[in-house]
Amino acid sequence: MLEETGIPEAGKIEENLPSRERLEQGPVAVFECFTEIPCDPCYYSCPLEAIAEFQDINDLPELDFEKCTGCGQCITNCPGLAIFVLDYNYSEEEGVVRIPYEYSPLPEEGEIVLALDRGGEVAGEARVERVQYAEKQDRTAVIWLAVPKEQVLIVRNFKRMED
Amino acid sequence: MEKCELAIVGGGPAGLAAALKARELGLKEIFLLERDNFLGGQLVKQTHQFFGSHKQFAGIRGIDIAEIFKDKLEDQPEIQALKGAVAQGYYEDDVLGYSYRGKFFKLKPEKTILATGASEKMLSFPNNDLPGIYGAGAVQTLMNQYGIIPGEKILMIGAGNIGLIVAYQLLQAGIEVEAVIEATGIIGGYAVHASKIRRAGIPILTYHTIKEARGDEEVESAVIQKLNENWQPVPGTEQEMEIDTICLAVGLTPKVDLAIQAGCQMAYVAELGGDVPVRDENLQTSNSRVYIAGDSAGIEEATAAILEGELAAASAAGEIFPGNSAIAQERREIKEKLADLRRGPVGEHIRRGLARVRRNQNAGRDRYTRSWKN
Repeated sequence: MLEETGIPEAGKIEENLPSRERLEQGPVAVFECFTEIPCDPCYYSCPLEAIAEFQDINDLPELDFEKCTGCGQCITNCPGLAIFVLDYNYSEEEGVVRIPYEYSPLPEEGEIVLALDRGGEVAGEARVERVQYAEKQDRTAVIWLAVPKEQVLIVRNFKRMED
Repeated sequence: MEKCELAIVGGGPAGLAAALKARELGLKEIFLLERDNFLGGQLVKQTHQFFGSHKQFAGIRGIDIAEIFKDKLEDQPEIQALKGAVAQGYYEDDVLGYSYRGKFFKLKPEKTILATGASEKMLSFPNNDLPGIYGAGAVQTLMNQYGIIPGEKILMIGAGNIGLIVAYQLLQAGIEVEAVIEATGIIGGYAVHASKIRRAGIPILTYHTIKEARGDEEVESAVIQKLNENWQPVPGTEQEMEIDTICLAVGLTPKVDLAIQAGCQMAYVAELGGDVPVRDENLQTSNSRVYIAGDSAGIEEATAAILEGELAAASAAGEIFPGNSAIAQERREIKEKLADLRRGPVGEHIRRGLARVRRNQNAGRDRYTRSWKN
């Protein structure tokens, strides 16, 4: 249970995922925000208005997967670091998970790291495809992690080898 | 003795917001007393982005919110913000005494806003006085203000927002967090904070408590133990963890000494963290010159503290300029924002606590009120 372990239940994760078809069409955001807290910056961060307007600031965000292009603007605007962008068809074999990351030093592009799941368990190796760290991101980097396709729905963090 | 329209005690989020709002609403003689040599209160340690409303400070880091407030304050010469000024007492003739640069001063304000914040709770267990055992606030002060790591292997006690956030900050500082333990059956802090440290591999153990700390000169290990659903230790579940630091994040309690001295009627309200002044919906206490805001009014978070500071200032300004409809409108708007913030499930205990303290129904015994005000 999320409230007991910090790991969201499979059912909850499933409910917030786009359809298989949408996932395969290209980059799309997923929101792993499951408890109602007073927070609304994601709504204002979306340039495509793909997030439904909040009736109440405590509402959970609702994303229109058809409007979302996976631009990733929302990732660093989420104070809870609970938004990821998934690109299932990044290449033939690999998908990419874009992860908000606030540890230093940042990994290098091309670096091989250990991919972690939501419980912090090692899921396998991954390659850092890109490191986004622009000023407007306000010190939250976004790391593009290339992983085997079957791990796109599993990997949500990583650790560097030398750690 | 100097007179002024408004004195504010405490330069944290509530006090800073109060000073700026009071100025905006037309007050000209404003004193802000801050005990520390810097303004911002706990904001200066809060490196994470804030939740809350986009229209306020959501998405901005606490450390940056402190800077925003300080910048605004510099443009307001009518606000005398004294750093290193310690409020010493609130006297029967509504005189506020404070020490500043080695001298004692007296101030006679028409209105006073108490925004003194909170202090950390302690936990009883054998050897809890060993060096290496810190409150979460101290860990944040060392790390985030002074760049000093408190230790290398830490056990965090308490999975409320502070425990979770400080555990995350410790990880960011490159310190090993062995576990976060929590005596109740659920993680009290926001799930997103819990998930963030969980996916970094930090176990969060509910129904666990610390049995004792061990070590000769300093903490060398901690024995943790499972609790059953009635919070009784389960024999045989003891587990010794080798750590050099224990961080306690087991709650806060409002700092209300000045409110008690001001003769404010007090009530014990568990939902708000302890003894708090009874107040109306505009944050005016039973001493009509005194208002309360922020954590000293009840333990909440900084966004609520900011709004409460503004509300207390608007209430005080409303009495200094009676019949001003713009100020009344301002009060209504702030109250709506506060209500929005507290409407959801995480605001439930705050709503319950406030309902009790406002009506003073079912609230605990007032252990403090002296007779001279009544």
